[in-house]
Amino acid sequence: MPPSSTNVLDRFRQGDPDAFEAVFREYQASVYRWVLRIVHNAAAAEDLTIETFWRIYRAHARFEPARGFAAWARRIATHAALDWLRAHKNELVLNVELCADISGTQVTDPAVSAETRTKIAQAFARLPPGLRIAAALAVIEQQPQKEIAEALGISIAAVKLRVFRALRILRKDLEQQGIRP
Amino acid sequence: MNRSDHDAKHSQDSIELLLQSSLPRTPDDAAPARDLWPAVLRRFDEAPTAPPWFDWALLGGIVALAAAFPVSIPIFLYYL
Repeated sequence: MPPSSTNVLDRFRQGDPDAFEAVFREYQASVYRWVLRIVHNAAAAEDLTIETFWRIYRAHARFEPARGFAAWARRIATHAALDWLRAHKNELVLNVELCADISGTQVTDPAVSAETRTKIAQAFARLPPGLRIAAALAVIEQQPQKEIAEALGISIAAVKLRVFRALRILRKDLEQQGIRP
Repeated sequence: MNRSDHDAKHSQDSIELLLQSSLPRTPDDAAPARDLWPAVLRRFDEAPTAPPWFDWALLGGIVALAAAFPVSIPIFLYYL
């Protein structure tokens, strides 16, 4: 964090628009990445980054500098992403090829066919949003469990439980499609 | 660890590996394709100016209370 950040965050907390822009410039990429890790959709991640900063500005007076801006922003971003996942729960929004385009990498494991990957992605997209977020961040993105817990407002034990439940649902779903992990 | 615990752990590990090999991880340098600041400013302009639904509900409750108990009006005004 740059030395001037504390001052900027204090001014942001007081509602200074210039400080808000400075905060936005500093954190927009990290907020975008966090949201992208959850929704795996670049266009949605951009929209949700905008929505997150809108919510952040509205809540500026409630910001507690001692708790750090990044963790606070991740929590607001996670709630915005959760709202989005709930609103789009009937759509299969997770697309393997799209994911590969976003990440700039290709899924190259020859042991997993394209058809299987698509089925896995679709099964993953069918998970309940609260479980899906925990599994995406913990298993696919391998983010620290402490950060996931803070972002979801739950304990680390609860994160582990959500991941366990998500994987159990996923395994049953895939077994019904004839895929045995 | 008994046999069923071991099987459950093995099953969880295998599905984790399957997920990781099927769905790519977001790179640490991923960034928006465009500057989002102008869109944030537009979001400010588009922000609803109408009061949220609970403000209307509160107003409706106060009006209903005043209609049912007119004697409460001066008390309400006193506490404004």
